[in-house]
Amino acid sequence: MNQQEGYANDIVKGFIISGMVWGFVAVLLGVLISLQISFPQLNIPPYLSYGRLRPIHTNAGIFGWGIGSFMAFFIYITQRLTRTPLWSPGLARVQLWLFNTVIALAAVTLLFGMNRSKEYAELEWPVALLVVVLWVIFAVNIIMTIVKRREEQMYISLWYILATLVGVAVLYLVNNAAIPVSLTKSYSAFAGANDANVQWWYGHNAVAMVLTTPPLAIFYYFLPKSTGVPIYSHRMGVIAFWSLIFMYLWTGAHHLLWTPVPDWVQTLAMGFSVMLIAPSWAAVFNGYFSMNGQWHQMRENYLAKFLIFGITFYGLQTLQGPSQAVRTFSAFIHFTDWVPGHVHMGALGWVSLVLFAGIYYTVPKLYHTELYSIPLANLHFWLAVIGQLIFSISMWVAGVQQASMLNATNPDGSLHYSFMETLAELYPYWYIRAGGGVIYLVSLIIFIYNIAKTVSGGKSQAVAQNA
Amino acid sequence: MIEKRPIIFLLLATATILVGTVVTMVAPFKWINDPKLAIASVKPYTPLQLEGRDIYIREGCNNCHTQTVRPLLADTERYGEYSKSGEFAYDQPFLWGSRRTGPDLARIGGKYPDAWHVKHMKDPQSMVPRSNMPKYEFLQQPLDTSLTERKMKALNFPYTPADLAALSGKTELDAMVAYMQKLGNDIPWRKAGRAEVLGELKNPFQDNKSVLPEGKELYLQHCAQCHGKDLKGEVGPGLLDLDQPDAKVFGTVYGGRPETGMPAYGDPLGKERIWKLITYLKSQHRR
Repeated sequence: MNQQEGYANDIVKGFIISGMVWGFVAVLLGVLISLQISFPQLNIPPYLSYGRLRPIHTNAGIFGWGIGSFMAFFIYITQRLTRTPLWSPGLARVQLWLFNTVIALAAVTLLFGMNRSKEYAELEWPVALLVVVLWVIFAVNIIMTIVKRREEQMYISLWYILATLVGVAVLYLVNNAAIPVSLTKSYSAFAGANDANVQWWYGHNAVAMVLTTPPLAIFYYFLPKSTGVPIYSHRMGVIAFWSLIFMYLWTGAHHLLWTPVPDWVQTLAMGFSVMLIAPSWAAVFNGYFSMNGQWHQMRENYLAKFLIFGITFYGLQTLQGPSQAVRTFSAFIHFTDWVPGHVHMGALGWVSLVLFAGIYYTVPKLYHTELYSIPLANLHFWLAVIGQLIFSISMWVAGVQQASMLNATNPDGSLHYSFMETLAELYPYWYIRAGGGVIYLVSLIIFIYNIAKTVSGGKSQAVAQNA
Repeated sequence: MIEKRPIIFLLLATATILVGTVVTMVAPFKWINDPKLAIASVKPYTPLQLEGRDIYIREGCNNCHTQTVRPLLADTERYGEYSKSGEFAYDQPFLWGSRRTGPDLARIGGKYPDAWHVKHMKDPQSMVPRSNMPKYEFLQQPLDTSLTERKMKALNFPYTPADLAALSGKTELDAMVAYMQKLGNDIPWRKAGRAEVLGELKNPFQDNKSVLPEGKELYLQHCAQCHGKDLKGEVGPGLLDLDQPDAKVFGTVYGGRPETGMPAYGDPLGKERIWKLITYLKSQHRR
């Protein structure tokens, strides 16, 4: 049916598959580097060392799995919410190839140590330029589709999509400003505390514009689609949207508490971080209240499970985040394993669970078939949640333990533990974290198998119909 | 209704995003670049130090090591004087990091002698047994200097032809060590710590055999890397013939002797543990 309306479904399929491939790479590398932290002899310098692999892990996760899937769903959702075919399918095809080229180039250049060192903006300038081209192509295509739409009213998801397109552009352009020395080497255009402040304005708003607004767009679209219930409150959605995109941009310096950036910048970041609880939880409540009278779907509808657990992890994430942004608590847990624990609840819990739901919903529709196995989807769900919880909880405990040891003093005021004594205590937690990662990897393999079987089943059905 | 006007919606969303951006990202440039925060003694990197810094970036050292000491007891006692904005004026990019899997390096310069760094970089576990740092033996390869001059020009750092000529024959490890030794040393922070040593210099544990096990433990953990497990010396001198009064040894351990490469242990150990350590050292001497 969709095909008749001329929707660019092949492009969506391409981005979904690309996203899944890069997601698998990200988790596989994640498991590898978690083992390298536990067993240093697994580092094989120069190429296969933690320092070079960790940026590939984060880039494959955020940009390969995250952005790749967001591109798929933005194109899928925008066409349906505007009841308009994509403005330029040809441009989208270029975008798909460029996307995979850029991520592959990113992986190879990072492996060779071509690295700007700024977190989530590591790519050297020629690759970063390609990212800019990619984003412009994508943004123009989506915006033009919305401009030429047949449905007058723009649904909440489209607001988040528009904010993402402009937000990412602003952030990326500023933080990637560089002084090139050669094709493979450049220096940041900013120095010292200036560079730090620009970087974490970028870094934290990558969390906003890449890991919050796109999954919210997807959540607001797929929750009603999967459960048949409308979103509880449009007005709450409006308030939450505008206050979220207003407040997020003030919070970057909570990554720099107690560092030599101006105190007032840190204080503003702390205040706005706490205020962000309100718009974040407005989205959570919008999800929860929509389910009123429909909670039995948590038993019967596997998609509801993914989405509601996803938004729940979002809610937990947006309570834990602001607490970490408070000076006193930051003084304690910053720089410890607590932070990777926090980040992975967002990445593996919130973002990935919502993306899984989106993929489970769209793939059968795109291939005109049913999901290959719902029991396998349920198994995927539980393994993913358990793997993620093992990861995050072990890291929170590790963080609190190390922070306590680092702060312990003797009666004469000297420190009780050397740094190495605190590190040695972390090994058991690191083994547990790697175990959680392996469980998550297994869940991902089940997911990929289930989707692959669905796709091949869909194809054979289509062949049978044609015959 | 702006929900029916996508272009106006887009412009409004952009304006909304720009408010926080201007206040917390653009405006702070004025505060951070305040001439009052500049520190005259902070120097740009030499060609060798800059190449070392680039290797630090290439290997992703910032993924495990931070470079900023916070004004908190646990940081300043462990690493030294807290970091000042002016100290980072030549850091493009900044390398403060976000996770201390390894210790902070903002004040590593001058803490250990060059030979310690070389040995540690090649095989970290030989110096720090339970460390999870990868081995960087391969950094003994020759330093690629083809871009050095362009790098110095790009960053506007002063250099002489002699500086560039001095790079020939250097290895990447040499550059890395030169970079390490520069870190945090541009302000004279160590002297403040050394002034505290005066007064009450009598060993409270003299001839107290009950503290020997703890003293030995402290020795193996903090001193054996350089002075050898059996006190016969490696990077640092042997200590079996340590013919000095307790008070003098205390001064050396507490405040360090930077001119010889001996680090200060006053902050990490405190007086009591240093006296226990000295008691152990002296017990070995008598044997």
